[in-house]
Amino acid sequence: MGDVILTMKNIDKSFVGVHALKGVSLEVKKGEVHALMGENGAGKSTLMKVLTGIYSKDSGTIVYEGKEVEFTNPKEAQDAGIAIVHQELNMMNHLTVAQNIFIGREMMNGKLINDKKMNEEASKLFQRLNIDIDPDSVMGDLTVGRQQMCEIAKAISRDVKVIVFDEPTAALTESEIAELFKIIRDLRKKGLGIVYISHRMDEIKVITDRVTVMRDGEYVGTLITEQCSKDDIINMMVGRTIYEDPKEKSSVPENAPVVLKVENLNAGKMVQNISFELRRGEILGFSGLMGAGRTETARALFGADKKESGDIYVNGKKIEINSPQDAVNAGIGYLSEDRKRYGIVLAQSVAQNSTMSSLQNFMKGIFIDKKKEKKVSQEYVEKLKTKTPNVETAVINLSGGNQQKVVIAKWLIKDCDILIFDEPTRGIDVGAKSEIYHLMNELAAQGKSIIMISSELTEVLRMSDRIIVMCEGRKTGELSIEEASQERIMHAATLRN
Amino acid sequence: MSAKTTEKKQNAFLNNPIVKAVGTQRLIALLALIIIYIVFGAISPSFRQYSTLVSIFDASYYIGFMAIGVTFAITTGGIDLSIGTVLVCSSLVTGALATKYNVPIALCLIICILIGAIFGLLNGLMVSYMGLPPFIATLGSMMLSKGFGSIFTKAQSVTWPQATEAAGWFRNIFKINIVGANGMSTPIPTGFILLLIVAILMATLLNKSRPGRYIVALGSNIEATRLSGVNVAKWQTLAYIISGTMAGIAGIAYAAVYSTLLPGGGAGFELDAIAGVVIGGTSMSGGYGTIAGTLIGVFIMSVLKTGLPFIGLQTHYQQVATGLVLIFAVFMDVANRKKRN
Repeated sequence: MGDVILTMKNIDKSFVGVHALKGVSLEVKKGEVHALMGENGAGKSTLMKVLTGIYSKDSGTIVYEGKEVEFTNPKEAQDAGIAIVHQELNMMNHLTVAQNIFIGREMMNGKLINDKKMNEEASKLFQRLNIDIDPDSVMGDLTVGRQQMCEIAKAISRDVKVIVFDEPTAALTESEIAELFKIIRDLRKKGLGIVYISHRMDEIKVITDRVTVMRDGEYVGTLITEQCSKDDIINMMVGRTIYEDPKEKSSVPENAPVVLKVENLNAGKMVQNISFELRRGEILGFSGLMGAGRTETARALFGADKKESGDIYVNGKKIEINSPQDAVNAGIGYLSEDRKRYGIVLAQSVAQNSTMSSLQNFMKGIFIDKKKEKKVSQEYVEKLKTKTPNVETAVINLSGGNQQKVVIAKWLIKDCDILIFDEPTRGIDVGAKSEIYHLMNELAAQGKSIIMISSELTEVLRMSDRIIVMCEGRKTGELSIEEASQERIMHAATLRN
Repeated sequence: MSAKTTEKKQNAFLNNPIVKAVGTQRLIALLALIIIYIVFGAISPSFRQYSTLVSIFDASYYIGFMAIGVTFAITTGGIDLSIGTVLVCSSLVTGALATKYNVPIALCLIICILIGAIFGLLNGLMVSYMGLPPFIATLGSMMLSKGFGSIFTKAQSVTWPQATEAAGWFRNIFKINIVGANGMSTPIPTGFILLLIVAILMATLLNKSRPGRYIVALGSNIEATRLSGVNVAKWQTLAYIISGTMAGIAGIAYAAVYSTLLPGGGAGFELDAIAGVVIGGTSMSGGYGTIAGTLIGVFIMSVLKTGLPFIGLQTHYQQVATGLVLIFAVFMDVANRKKRN
């Protein structure tokens, strides 16, 4: 680590009625990867928005390269050498990679755009990053991981000295993460100051040099990563202890009946001959790398995508599932990995989302019984401890964990006995995560059966009674929790043909 | 006054319960309607007459029914461009049936509505089951209905039976002339009552019933709604059927007020209806629709259309005026939304 390149000191920022940042400090050195951690709503993003000129601070100082600065817009920050790689990618899918990288500062040949020159320059950038992407390919054709590499290339295409990564691995596969870490280490070697925001503990330990933790808009402390444990960081983030130990043995009784049986399910390349059983009160983990076909299996089972063949038995009875409607009628509920796109209707209220699947039970003649709708959704808000001002609040105003609870409420109100949780804790902070875990355990104890798709090995080992591992659309392993280990799962997850 | 107090006042205005309940854009539209009416009345005394009010109503019926219907299509996040020509098509065909083939008027009225419903069904199937973009699907049926009407009447215009004829009774649905003791006849705009009843029914459907809830939900997020186990194709189709059916009813209203239909006409009516919907505050991107707003929007246009000649401006100024109102109303809404975020 070298000299300090950036110091933010006692930053204060209030919005109408919300004191978002209360005297927060952050110091970044040259050649350092500095983790910025905290639960959702802790103020990490707000702090980064103050740094990059999206928000103006109320008080406090920012010293960058020895001079006090105040950026009034993102462009000023960029020109000074501070770049941010956003969690949500800001790419134009129909343009080429090079066109995206140089958007707004196109290279010209007189009055015409010089695409050839931009492609050459983009190639040079990718060489510097040691990655192989054709600058002339269309952005939308690339995987999310590759698109992110382009975003990084765009950031370093300017003379950048500080680069902020906002949850960069949220949508990446294991191999893409490895590639990303290689790039980050390269950038560190070149003396850049790197701010790394992530919820994933394992990554923090692997890639970062120091950790600054925030809680409720306040600065909690800064640690040297090597000298602290995961628990130390978690304790600082939540102010309490959370255990992340794996489950030791299955909590499903021997004689629990099979509630769901899937035989030879086929749906394209990603779902090939998948068979499995799910028992009453069981949490069945689906593990595997990204792109292993787990979500596709769930969607085919749920009738969201067309299946080619396969038999599905619920409680021993064969049923036809050709649409989500059929699945819901059979008592199957699906919690999508992409909540905002597939799980909830953001603009509608907690009550409206809660009753979406069971509206027929909330009718008074031809009218919706809004009183009953409110009452029942209020009951579930209390049962699931959903944090919302009231049930008429639009779900867009709720945090990720609470949105997830609204989706759970929807299926519970519909009285679904089989629940498919697809990445249930993605994008959810540590505190809410343990609440969701607790809730899933409780549901299983009540006799609900759960299929849990998860890309986090610790999560799979902690929650499942049994684990199915997939790779490239095939089932490559089935492990009881007693015999399962990270190593055995990873082995099965990489059993390629 | 400093900038901060202005902002505070604005926030107080936005958070006022009445303003919140009615919605800013609808409130602005309603105020605009009242102001336009008062200004016209102040400039021209004859504008204030009862007969003018009746002509305002007359001009509002067909656009009003279309606009109420297309509100549903727009709420799903789609659009229905075919309603104008479907109006003319259904009215042409049934007018011809009545006058050339002596089909009883009551039956003609039913057929008129049915033709609208069938085009609506066609649109709905194309959008939801065939997966065509709503713009393209309804552009196609716009052309279909335009051509079909002309073919059926062999490109001749059709005039529905006059009020004086026995078969002209259907006009009473929209206007009854009551002859007083002094021999003067006073027109009662019964059509307005009908329009109001239909609007209330449709608002109830949109806001209080399951189909309405699903139409709004799928307009906001169709995938999430589908994965909730809702048959989105069915409800999306229904929205277009409502749109088409209302165009059929608008066809009757048009015939009752204007009598004569020209083959190949009607293109452009749909844009007036859509403008009314948008002025009223329904979101073009779907997920939010308001029938009350739509009615207000429609009346703004018909007041402008009827009123401008009274203050010495020709009718085509109506286009300019409506355009300005449309842009202003939506701009206010966009600006307000930005402020709130």
